[in-house]
Amino acid sequence: MNRLAIPKTYKLAIGGAFPRSESGRTYEVTTPKGAFLANAALASRKDARDAVVAARAAQSGWAGATAYNRGQVLYRIAELLEGRRDQFVEELRLSEGASAAAAAKQVDAAIDAWVWYAGWTDKFSQVAGSGNPVAGPYFNLSVPEPTGVVAAIAPQGVAGGSLLGVVNVVAPILVAGNTVVVIADEKRPLSAISLAEVFATSDVPGGVVNVLTGSPAEMAPWLASHADVNALDLAGAGALEWIDLEIAAADTLKRVLAPEAGIPDPSLHRILAFTETKTIWHTKALI
Amino acid sequence: MASKDVAHAARFLDYAPAPESTSVLHLKKSYGLFIDGDFVDGHGTPFSTISPATEKKIAEIATATPGDVDKAVAAARRAYDKTWSKMSGADRGKYLFRIARLVQERARELAVAETLDNGKPIKESRDVDVPLVAAWFFYYAGWADKLSYAGLGSDPRALGVAAQVIPWNFPLLMLAWKIAPALAAGNTVVIKPAETTSLSALIFAEILQQADLPKGVVNIVTGAGETGAALVRHDDVNKVAFTGSTAVGREIAKAVAGTGKKVTLELGGKAANIVFDDAPLDQAIEGIVTGIFFNQGHVCCAGSRLLVQENVHDEIVEKLKTRLATLRMGDPLDKNTDIGAINSQEQLDRIRSLSDIGESEGAERWTAPCEIPKNGFWFAPTIFTGVQASSTIAREEIFGPVLSVLTFRTPAEAITKANNTPFGLSAGIWSDKGSKILAVADKLRAGVIWANTFNRFDPASPFGGYKESGYGSEGGRQGLQAYLKGGVA
Repeated sequence: MNRLAIPKTYKLAIGGAFPRSESGRTYEVTTPKGAFLANAALASRKDARDAVVAARAAQSGWAGATAYNRGQVLYRIAELLEGRRDQFVEELRLSEGASAAAAAKQVDAAIDAWVWYAGWTDKFSQVAGSGNPVAGPYFNLSVPEPTGVVAAIAPQGVAGGSLLGVVNVVAPILVAGNTVVVIADEKRPLSAISLAEVFATSDVPGGVVNVLTGSPAEMAPWLASHADVNALDLAGAGALEWIDLEIAAADTLKRVLAPEAGIPDPSLHRILAFTETKTIWHTKALI
Repeated sequence: MASKDVAHAARFLDYAPAPESTSVLHLKKSYGLFIDGDFVDGHGTPFSTISPATEKKIAEIATATPGDVDKAVAAARRAYDKTWSKMSGADRGKYLFRIARLVQERARELAVAETLDNGKPIKESRDVDVPLVAAWFFYYAGWADKLSYAGLGSDPRALGVAAQVIPWNFPLLMLAWKIAPALAAGNTVVIKPAETTSLSALIFAEILQQADLPKGVVNIVTGAGETGAALVRHDDVNKVAFTGSTAVGREIAKAVAGTGKKVTLELGGKAANIVFDDAPLDQAIEGIVTGIFFNQGHVCCAGSRLLVQENVHDEIVEKLKTRLATLRMGDPLDKNTDIGAINSQEQLDRIRSLSDIGESEGAERWTAPCEIPKNGFWFAPTIFTGVQASSTIAREEIFGPVLSVLTFRTPAEAITKANNTPFGLSAGIWSDKGSKILAVADKLRAGVIWANTFNRFDPASPFGGYKESGYGSEGGRQGLQAYLKGGVA
């Protein structure tokens, strides 16, 4: 006798909790062929703002964790993702209409990306920082530091990318100690929410990653103009009026990363795009 | 110090005038634009540049119209395509070394011109600005043939034509910060000096001629804001670098949105200078003075918010007043002058208006006893005590010799107050306890932290802001990267 399955309610991920949209709105998520999969939360402007508040509250703690600790947490995400590999493969098969092999390939790439980025947490400062030989009796050191709260739009509708797109956008943002509000793939948001469940059980502090599902066109302008967001990753904004978003971001001089075609490759560049250089001068005694 | 003692100290410090001679200058009556290796006429209405210390006219300066800017960008593009991008890094470096040496050779002339045109004390232009200009070219000259070590892959490439707009507070130094890394990385340049301080850039153009720099590699267009706007908006520039106000920085960020131009913005600041009770107080007093009264406070990274631990507040304010009473304000060309002229009437008006607001919002104003010269633009060193974190003078950049004093009790409160600003350019920490300095430095959201010193600059040391103080670094390897794109051979 077949057991009747228990479908999951897909909600938002804000501040370590999984709330429904405060607006009470949902939208239907289907397979590419139109079969019903879930009612995802249609996040509102208020949800986006709540997510920024959560990200801000979590930022100093995450940045203040040791690089070793952040590396272990990111590695832990890979471990738990590996453990739930079958679930993600199945979810991608349904939501993307992918073959089992293609879905497995995407999940494996996502797991490997977490491992790759986990290894960077205690190295990017050594690569990008510097000891500066200034002409005077000063100890002078430059280190990259996290920019702060980053709003990101995950790749939208990229084949084989509804999970990997989120991972390859979120992971580099986290490496340096930023927190993030990410808008998932609008049409295929389910694996992003399942990924948030992995975060919640991987020692990722609540609020470090906040996942919104719904319309990027609706939410992005509020995030782009939000005064408490420090940077804007437009990776998946290519089909939006992204120049307007960049203009809105200019009001508070946010750092802006331009849209990418497809899924961004893992890169040091993406880690450093969300860092600031801090240079410290300290006097040396004249002895 | 009682007022009688102040008066006595002032008499004691009553030096005879020691003005630097202006005979070293060979100024022209009027200056054109420097485009494609030659001085050419501008097509806009020329304007006068005056000495802010005397309000006397120094020279006539051309205004570049958008058409002139177009010619300058075209010259830079030609030079990039035909000469500069094809030259070896070693040869580019040799030109930069030549420029560094020529700056050293003509250092006195440049310092006098800068002081005359800007109003800053000759001891600063002579001992800080111009030596750093030479150092900047010397530092980046050495990078030109070592770009594969810049951290952007084995074969990084220049961006192309760089549009650069610089402010009036360190005219020649900002020019060097912009031009040296741009050329080392293999870009060509169109640069616009500030309207009130074009003179040293135009003398620098003569240096480029002496260096025999290929024509079009550096083009200098003078004029006001419209000239700068035409330059940064030009379709054929690949890089925009701007130092100036946050308001203009925002406009530039909007103008370049969607163009893919690489951008560096060095904008405003409202730096906290934090003095703990275990600081070496006499050194801290000197650092506070350097922090806010260096260059009349016309410094984006000036330590304009003094955060003093409550138990040493009164002592520090007293010592500060005593020290400020010994500062000498007056003829910027006088070698004994500590405080020169405010750069322009417009800036003086802004400083006055913000200071009046400070007073009307309840802060207590104290002004150093200085004799104000009859002509020119002057503002005596001023301290506000009893300033609230919400006061206008604790929030807005004044860009003048005005210090706002606030207090704190614990390191956590100092950090919170220091970070309570949309800016994030610089900060100072004064303490004898190294572990405390490092812990506080970690928490400050600012790009440059000076511990037991302030307002130090070096070409090897990256400089740049967090938050609304802009983005991108200048100085060091990081500053070189701002003019390169990554590549693998």
